[in-house]
Amino acid sequence: MTTGAAELSQTSTSRGVALPSARRLLLWTGLAVLIAWVLVPIYLVALGAFGGRLGVFRWPKTIWPTDLSFAAMSQFLAIEGVFNALVNSLIAAGLTVVFSIALGAPAGYALARYTFRGQNAYRLLVLLTRAFPLAILALPLTVSFIRLGLYDTPFGVSLIHTVLALPFAALVTQSLFMGIPREYEEAAWVFGCTRFQAFMKVVLPLALPGLAATAIFAFVISWNEVFAASILTVRERTLTAYLLRILAESPLHYRFAGGFILIIPSVLFIFAVRRYLFAVWGIASK
Amino acid sequence: MTHPVSLRAIAAAAALFGGLTVAQAQETIFYSTQLRPIEEATKVREVLLKGLPGKVTYVVDEPPAFAVRMKAETQAGKRTASVVGALHGELQPHVPADLQPVDDVAAKLTDLGIPASLMDLGKLGTNQQQYIPWMQATYVMVANKQALQYLPPGADVNSLTYAQLQQWGKNIVDKTGQRRLGLPAGPTGLLPRFFQGYFYPSFTGGVVTTFKSADAEAGWNALKDLWAVSNPNSTNYNFMQEPLLSGEVWIAWDHIARVKEALTLQPDQFVAFPAPAGPKGRGYMPVIAGLAIPKDAPNRAGAVAVIEHLTKPETQLATAAEVGFFPVVKAELPPDLAPGIKQLAGAVAATQNAKDALVSLLPVGLGAKGGEFNKVYLDSFQRIVLRNEPVKDVLEAQAKVLDGLMKETGAPCWAPDKPSQGACPVQ
Amino acid sequence: MPARTSWIPYALIAPSVVFLGALFLVPLVQTIWLSFSAGEGLSLDNYQRMAGDLNFSLAVKNTFLLTLVVVPLQVVLALGMATMVTKLDKGRDLVLWVLTIPLGISDLAAGLAWLALLQNTGYLNSALYALGLIQGPTGWLSQETPVALFIAIMLAELWRATAIVLVILIAGLQLIPKEFSEAAEIFGAKPWTRFTRITLPLLKPSLQSALILRTVLAFEVFAVVYALGGRNFPVLVGEAYVWQNDNQNYGVAASYAVLIMVISLAATAVYLRALRTRPEQLP
Repeated sequence: MTTGAAELSQTSTSRGVALPSARRLLLWTGLAVLIAWVLVPIYLVALGAFGGRLGVFRWPKTIWPTDLSFAAMSQFLAIEGVFNALVNSLIAAGLTVVFSIALGAPAGYALARYTFRGQNAYRLLVLLTRAFPLAILALPLTVSFIRLGLYDTPFGVSLIHTVLALPFAALVTQSLFMGIPREYEEAAWVFGCTRFQAFMKVVLPLALPGLAATAIFAFVISWNEVFAASILTVRERTLTAYLLRILAESPLHYRFAGGFILIIPSVLFIFAVRRYLFAVWGIASK
Repeated sequence: MTHPVSLRAIAAAAALFGGLTVAQAQETIFYSTQLRPIEEATKVREVLLKGLPGKVTYVVDEPPAFAVRMKAETQAGKRTASVVGALHGELQPHVPADLQPVDDVAAKLTDLGIPASLMDLGKLGTNQQQYIPWMQATYVMVANKQALQYLPPGADVNSLTYAQLQQWGKNIVDKTGQRRLGLPAGPTGLLPRFFQGYFYPSFTGGVVTTFKSADAEAGWNALKDLWAVSNPNSTNYNFMQEPLLSGEVWIAWDHIARVKEALTLQPDQFVAFPAPAGPKGRGYMPVIAGLAIPKDAPNRAGAVAVIEHLTKPETQLATAAEVGFFPVVKAELPPDLAPGIKQLAGAVAATQNAKDALVSLLPVGLGAKGGEFNKVYLDSFQRIVLRNEPVKDVLEAQAKVLDGLMKETGAPCWAPDKPSQGACPVQ
Repeated sequence: MPARTSWIPYALIAPSVVFLGALFLVPLVQTIWLSFSAGEGLSLDNYQRMAGDLNFSLAVKNTFLLTLVVVPLQVVLALGMATMVTKLDKGRDLVLWVLTIPLGISDLAAGLAWLALLQNTGYLNSALYALGLIQGPTGWLSQETPVALFIAIMLAELWRATAIVLVILIAGLQLIPKEFSEAAEIFGAKPWTRFTRITLPLLKPSLQSALILRTVLAFEVFAVVYALGGRNFPVLVGEAYVWQNDNQNYGVAASYAVLIMVISLAATAVYLRALRTRPEQLP
């Protein structure tokens, strides 16, 4: 299938073809339902977080905030070590992003562009990591981490998080590169670029939004991972591990407060990178 | 992307090199499975550990993570924690591989008046002191005062029987249409202890030997009746204070630390009283948490200082007042305790002093099989009560598993079972 | 076509192979070994104990049921979301942001959110009570209400994990040249025909990725199930954790883990075969 490159790279014509108003109404109703579906549970956690000790048990509940209490939240933020844990979380997640893209994207490119012996074995290896419950590896992993001196460091945590994020990175980048017609690269070779130059000048710019999405996955996977983070650290806990370990058996309103605190950064993070998500969508980049 | 990446790399490098060098000074890491909930951990850090020279870092973990870490650090030959605090049963799997004897510490503490029986438990079946008793607790019943009006005639909460409890629950169902009795049968609930310390001793006078006796069969049938008036959400309850406070449950059995919140928040709304009695007596089980020093502890002197500090009578009393665990040393509880804690102390005293009290000790000698020992009782519960399988068949099958476990570990009987030569037999 | 036997692909995958080998394969082999060792020498004891356990068949059944129901629903829902968003000309960024929020929410926090909604004194019951449908707090999450519990877990999983599918599909949709669809429109193809004949086939690689990832993750479902139903709804990973953490029997836990791995790999093989994409089919 050879669709001309020129035809493809053409700026797309406006998609805002006017819909009939009845269908527009239907569309917006559907979207409103979906938006409510996503937001309502988060709102309810927030209510629980600010509802105070006995608010969680009120019956029947109202969906409007009544007697707000910041006690649970403020006690949370005052826990010793929260800031340190936040820094650890950011470091671990940042390193996970770097490692999983650095290791995963080349592999994804290889899988997309080349036919080579052992590629199925490689795919299998990558999938194995997701197909095996990591927590069961806790004991052998902890032992080797202590021996290697990686124990109780955000760096060590990020290595395990990379094991978790790598399959995402490889699989997502694979389909990303598969979607970028090979003809573009071949055209660049014709014009005298080396393979590497062709990749940097032609493929990478097209793949960048997708890579950003991959980075989001990696960041989020690391941010939310509890088990490895808590088993491999003692003092240098990540925020999620730090909060959830204390939380698991705390009274319900604390659990809501902790849940809410953990939801907020993810909401903000998705908001911060939305430009990339829209780039994925092909608006902002045009 | 390059900009944030480089920033992160710098931050990471800084943390890597900074994090490894700082905090190596004489810090004592106190690693505990107890007092985990946020409010209690804060109390430990801000009240109970105050006054110690040197920096003590209090780190908590759930028991499974504790077990993995203790093992892993031993295998790797590098220890982070200098002192650990955990329940008797949680320390048991780590003898002798992961703990070092603390006979020298025990010698320093002789004049505190820790009962000899408790010190013996701390040997965990060996000749040497493995842990120093830290604090104790037990299990009690808590009821919402609204439930008291439905007590069967002639019943007194302080000398309740299982039959009366069932009748009480049934009255509530009849009058309110709700099953309001509750048991902590959730994934991290302490139901296994209900069987080992309360149900089996009360109905059969034993725990292991009487596992499939006729008394046990009768007991399980009584339990089925009790379940019929218990809240079906019981299999989701881990801490009974939550359903008590929500009003979902009116009568509950649980560990004092797990109902404390209800009593301290609403002391006027709830009453605490001893667990019920069965045909063989009023079974009850003490809970002991101990302090131990792991092998190769990086700061043994700091660890000893923590143990000495926490076993001081005034720290022990502060522990009772702040977190509701009671002293192991000789110390009179002050009269000005918070009303909720006072109620709990009253229920504990009533349990220990009951004429028909039948104490059930903690299992010793099961080692790492403690979890599978619990599973025998939980599986029996699941099959008999939840899945309605025939009592006799289930007990026969589970008795084989239990017998196998006992033979494998060679654990001798403990009270209330009669002492045995060699492994405790299932009769 | 690029060279078939080049050193380049090997150089590209080598770093990740070394990395995974050290951090994953070594402990994996240790764990598989553990699952086959009991007492002295090799044996199947651990597997026998696993298969003989009272929750084993239930856990297998529940895990499969949940996966078979949740994954297809998620793909349909995500396709629906993606198609709706394409129709928008303004507010698209905001809508997309909201729809992808669950992507960043940990499964434990998601479990909490749905617990707030569904617990006895929760918001669902309050709403039903206000409508006069129930008399008072009613339980939906106990083992006496298995159907309601299943639906609750299903909803929470749909809420939590559909966003991943959505993002992968959107990334794929973006790469489909709009001209295809526009050409078909000119030739008078109906929207549904355009969707099934053009969009879906071209989305195959993305669908394949999304399905494989979601299915493998669905077989590992645990935290949400645990938050909502505890052990009332046994699933495979949950049982593995119970054996490791509560029963402290690492051998049986390892057997469960190996079983989960085998099931996931089998499912993956099925997808790879069913949704095969040949390079020439790509746009």
